[in-house]
Amino acid sequence: MLEAYIPVVLFIIVAIGFAIVALLMAWLVRSERYNKVKLEPYECGIETLGDARGRYSIRYYIIAMLFVVFDVETVFMFPWAVIMHKLKLFGLIEMIVFLFILLVGYAYAWKQGALEWA
Amino acid sequence: MIDLLVIPLIKIVIVLTGVLITVMYMVLLERKVQAWVQVRLGPMRVGPHGVLQPIADVLKLFVKEDITPVRADKVVFTLAPIIVLVPAIIAFAVIPFGDQVSIFGKPVPLHIADLNVGLLYIVAVASIGVYGIILGGWSSNSKYPLLGGLRASAQLISYEVAVTLTFVSVILASGSLSMVDIVTAQKANGVWFAFVQPLALFIYFVGALAETNRSPFDLPEAEQELVAGFHTEYSGMRFALFFLAEYANMIVVSAVATTLFFGGWLRPFPSVAFLHFLDVVPTWIWFVVKTFLVLYLFLWIRATLPRYRYDQLMRLGWKVLIPLAIANIIVTAAVKVALSD
Repeated sequence: MLEAYIPVVLFIIVAIGFAIVALLMAWLVRSERYNKVKLEPYECGIETLGDARGRYSIRYYIIAMLFVVFDVETVFMFPWAVIMHKLKLFGLIEMIVFLFILLVGYAYAWKQGALEWA
Repeated sequence: MIDLLVIPLIKIVIVLTGVLITVMYMVLLERKVQAWVQVRLGPMRVGPHGVLQPIADVLKLFVKEDITPVRADKVVFTLAPIIVLVPAIIAFAVIPFGDQVSIFGKPVPLHIADLNVGLLYIVAVASIGVYGIILGGWSSNSKYPLLGGLRASAQLISYEVAVTLTFVSVILASGSLSMVDIVTAQKANGVWFAFVQPLALFIYFVGALAETNRSPFDLPEAEQELVAGFHTEYSGMRFALFFLAEYANMIVVSAVATTLFFGGWLRPFPSVAFLHFLDVVPTWIWFVVKTFLVLYLFLWIRATLPRYRYDQLMRLGWKVLIPLAIANIIVTAAVKVALSD
């Protein structure tokens, strides 16, 4: 069974090797004429103000939290979908109950404004 | 030994080369299509009708200076493009390019691996790329890449939910996660899943546009606001890897759309007997033609539609596509139960 994954592992090795070889080849042939201004972070030509380690919007965290909830839920649905033809009506009712609980949380998040961006 | 290592290795090299050449010529095709839509000629100077333009581009990217900004995190800065590129390439491992062919009397299936969890593998691998994007944006220690990286990752994870939910309805229709089984299920079914699951196809395609940062959802790279988004500070070969990954991702989502919704390697109307003469065309040619038609749709949309605003993008993803996808799953499951009794 695990033998099916050998080509995948080979592919991962080849892909990583390709990326590294490409970087090394470019390192050998590329031109290098650096100066201080060129190595500064780009800010449309004006001098750099501070650095980019400041704070950013909380909304990205909320989206990430919602993503974790919904993605885990989707992973639960994969095995259910595969054996749905055996579960028949029982499986359908089970999934409707599961999704109803999820949708209550979804409606709550919507009501609380977690899905609003502006 | 030969079956286990040599044949897969040959297939991997062929697929990798094919992907690289396709990416090179996708860039040219994109510029040409954009130009024709705008009544221009596009690249014409390098070779006849610009056919050698991609080679010139690759050579240019090789000899370009590769800049690491002074305050960047150097290790992560180099690692990020690799983390983005590798998942984009290895997703091809489970794509079935064609039916089994026999070479020197030996049956060779035209896929690298037929995993019984093929679709789950695609989902898992595709979501690794987000790490590379956010690490690339963060490690540059520059404002535009940081904002671009955050935007890109929020957009990617939002639409990933909707896209993964459409996969569930396809699995309901096929009863298997294996990509090969999904294609053969469409053969047994008589019609492509595009006709069985039109809503899932629509949601998948919109989600795919957003996940590959393509117009009209190209906000992470909105040049008027964010310069070049998460790869603003990248140049030379490291930029080229990001670029390669973006186009490889486009090919992956088109190939997955072909496999799930357009019958993969099957000829059009697989159940209509009098179209039997279409079987003389090798199966992998059907696959390539279908994939390119989907890719052409990407270019067409880019030339046609204006860009979304960020709040509109989030609203579409969370408030429209996800409820629609969930409703589609329930309806599909209910129909399946009703038909089985």
